[in-house]
Amino acid sequence: MAATYCLGRASIALAALLLLSFGSFAASQIEVCTSRFWFNYRHVANTLSVYRSVKRLGIPDSHIVLMLADDMACNPRNPKPATVFSHKNMELNVYGDDVEVDYRSYEVTVENFLRVLTGRIPPSTPRSKRLLSDDRSNILIYMTGHGGNGFLKFQDSEEITNIELADAFEQMWQKRRYNELLFIIDTCQGASMYERFYSPNIMALASSQVGEDSLSHQPDPAIGVHLMDRYTFYVLEFLEEINPASQTNMNDLFQVCPKSLCVSTPGHRTDLFQRDPKNVLITDFFGSVRKVEITTETISLQQYSEMESKPKLKDWHPPGGFILGLWALIIMVFFKTYGIKHMKFIF
Amino acid sequence: MVPVTVVFTRESVPLDDQEKLPFTVVHEREIPLKYKMKIKCRFQKAYRRALDHEEEALSSGIVQGTGREAEAMLAEPQEQAEGSLTVYVISEHSSLLPQDMMSYIGPKRTAVVRGIMHREAFNIIGRRIVQIAQAMSLTEDVLAAALADHLPEDKWSSDKRRPLKSSLGYEITFSLLNPDPRSHDVHWDIEGAVRRYVQPFLNALSVAGNFSVDSQILYYAMLGVNPRFDPASSSYYLDMHSLPHVINPVESRLGSSAASLYPVLNFLLYVPELAHSPLYIQDKDGAPVATNAFHSPRWGGIMIYNVDSKAYNGSELPVRVEVDMVRVMEVFLAQLRLLFGIAQPHVPPKCLLSGPKSEGLMTWELDRLLWARSVENLATATTTLTSLAQLLGKISNIVIKDDVASEVYRAVAAVQKAAEELASGHLASAFVASQEAVTSSERAFFDPSLLHLLYFPDDQKFAIYIPLFLPMAVPILLSLVKIFLETRKSWKKPEKVD
Repeated sequence: MAATYCLGRASIALAALLLLSFGSFAASQIEVCTSRFWFNYRHVANTLSVYRSVKRLGIPDSHIVLMLADDMACNPRNPKPATVFSHKNMELNVYGDDVEVDYRSYEVTVENFLRVLTGRIPPSTPRSKRLLSDDRSNILIYMTGHGGNGFLKFQDSEEITNIELADAFEQMWQKRRYNELLFIIDTCQGASMYERFYSPNIMALASSQVGEDSLSHQPDPAIGVHLMDRYTFYVLEFLEEINPASQTNMNDLFQVCPKSLCVSTPGHRTDLFQRDPKNVLITDFFGSVRKVEITTETISLQQYSEMESKPKLKDWHPPGGFILGLWALIIMVFFKTYGIKHMKFIF
Repeated sequence: MVPVTVVFTRESVPLDDQEKLPFTVVHEREIPLKYKMKIKCRFQKAYRRALDHEEEALSSGIVQGTGREAEAMLAEPQEQAEGSLTVYVISEHSSLLPQDMMSYIGPKRTAVVRGIMHREAFNIIGRRIVQIAQAMSLTEDVLAAALADHLPEDKWSSDKRRPLKSSLGYEITFSLLNPDPRSHDVHWDIEGAVRRYVQPFLNALSVAGNFSVDSQILYYAMLGVNPRFDPASSSYYLDMHSLPHVINPVESRLGSSAASLYPVLNFLLYVPELAHSPLYIQDKDGAPVATNAFHSPRWGGIMIYNVDSKAYNGSELPVRVEVDMVRVMEVFLAQLRLLFGIAQPHVPPKCLLSGPKSEGLMTWELDRLLWARSVENLATATTTLTSLAQLLGKISNIVIKDDVASEVYRAVAAVQKAAEELASGHLASAFVASQEAVTSSERAFFDPSLLHLLYFPDDQKFAIYIPLFLPMAVPILLSLVKIFLETRKSWKKPEKVD
């Protein structure tokens, strides 16, 4: 059954994965899956596999905002509960043991996505749901689901247009919420989503050009749905080769999934990016390598004498005889009141 | 503007120059930034003659090493406002300073400079004073570091990228990592050490923000990197290239992102396991680092504490280890100073710098920090307000609520006030005003109600409204035309008849 499932069908929500690696040259990831319903299993699998690679390369959960629009692992239609597989014959369970989903189910909306990007979040939002990036963070945004020419569908009921996305990135730039941004999108006609970007330091990759559909990879007969999309499948294979110290650069990522394997033509856009892609390491975005310096100077402190140590306060207990006397008093009063004949029941 | 008071003692300058005292000299410098912006840096020097008690103090004391004696005498309660400096000019042959030193910078906003008996005395001394004043308050690289976001990018260097961004408060976490509790039973008196060493330092810095300190002990927490064995010294080492990979595996266990919204600084003390003891950090030349510690900008620092091998003799595992908190705190406080950007200033040549006070922070270092922070806050508040205005100009559908508007007004007023205070040299109020400006502008910019989802692209207008209204509009238009034609006919008819 080599039929591949086209992503252009107007159905189901989108799973988006927002990966933020932030901090001093650390990366932040936002991974968004915007698809809902069981037969969009592959979008959730796409997102989770990118999430998994990124965690393996060292980015902690506090720096990842993961948005999944539907729950595939515990879906009642899943024949293998608590798993999400990315490869036929169930070779790789990308759900794993420590997946932390920040926005789930109906919380994945265009409004929440834009709020996360621009930072206009109500003050009561917990830290794990915020994008805590600063002007030195490299951000990776990965989105997948169903899309069209200039829009991406969220939850089967709303859309985000490429202009809104470009404006959101511009606001991030104005507030210096990122140092460099890598945008990867795996939908039909994905290249239309990055056409309108105009802020500096953005690099974008898409799985297909305008007018082309992105196709899914292979169905699994046991689970009954298509497990992954082609582009993300080959990207995942590429990322499995990377370790935190590797020196592979972005030009290699652009070569992933040529037309012979992917059927669609992946595209990329680097004109807004200041550095040459061949000097940009994959680990700049997917992994997290912090800048460190050796501490060479110390200050001198005087040793304080121990005269000022306060005695530790122990808990106060009443003296032992007091408790004994109290009980004796109670028993005496009891026998006085009710008579001495009860004593034989006690002693 | 930095107000400097220059005090001349009796024999420091020629007599006829002394007659000219007191007067004021202003020294201005312009530092160019990008987009044709400039910052004017003004040093206002008020010259005066020394008072009697100052003469006494300066002629009798001797600056010895740390100069504590002279300082004690000069430290009469001159209520020096924040940001101001006092420079004492002493005679050329005075023994207050060691022979080859021309000047001395003390820990409390005072400095001592040698005078000169020369016709151009005031000019020469003036130049020396400006050099010292710059070292103690503002120099171009301090401003460049503060404005790093707003300067062109070719000015990167490690010093400028290191300091923390200005924020209202900071959370400092001290963690003890013990990967091998079976061999080491580690105790550290962190509460006492914080009380004795860290709290005074933070109290000195309290103007710059609210600080909260906590500590924890983590067991079985490994570093993510395997150290290598060096047979020459029979010790293990970590070289510089593996250091960046140490932090991330540990960070997820630190729980640093749990509670507050303030930036968190983590200081880790790692006691290596028995199999990997002793463990040293090697710098790029292969020599072990004296402090055995490294730090990461905007994150914190890690120090490796090796257990003394004598502790193992004869006793069974686990060995009780009492951590020497003084050594540890020396390193941590030095790292904290670096992380805050309180680096060594560029002192002019032949200048003696006194060591920091027991709190670890000199008063004028705090002033330097406050100058830099005020400038940074002003720049941030200005760009935030400008980008908010640009955003509103571009997307006209956004509704501004009243509280957002009032925040914007407050922010603008605070920016103006901060600029005025900076120009007149009142550092404390300028800093407070700049912090208020930043808070108000951030609150206005990040207000949740400003989301621009009301975006109305033209093609959506056509796609939605035309199919809705066009079919309805056609019969209306046709009937309007019909009415008009009929009315015209009825006008024409009476004319014809008549």
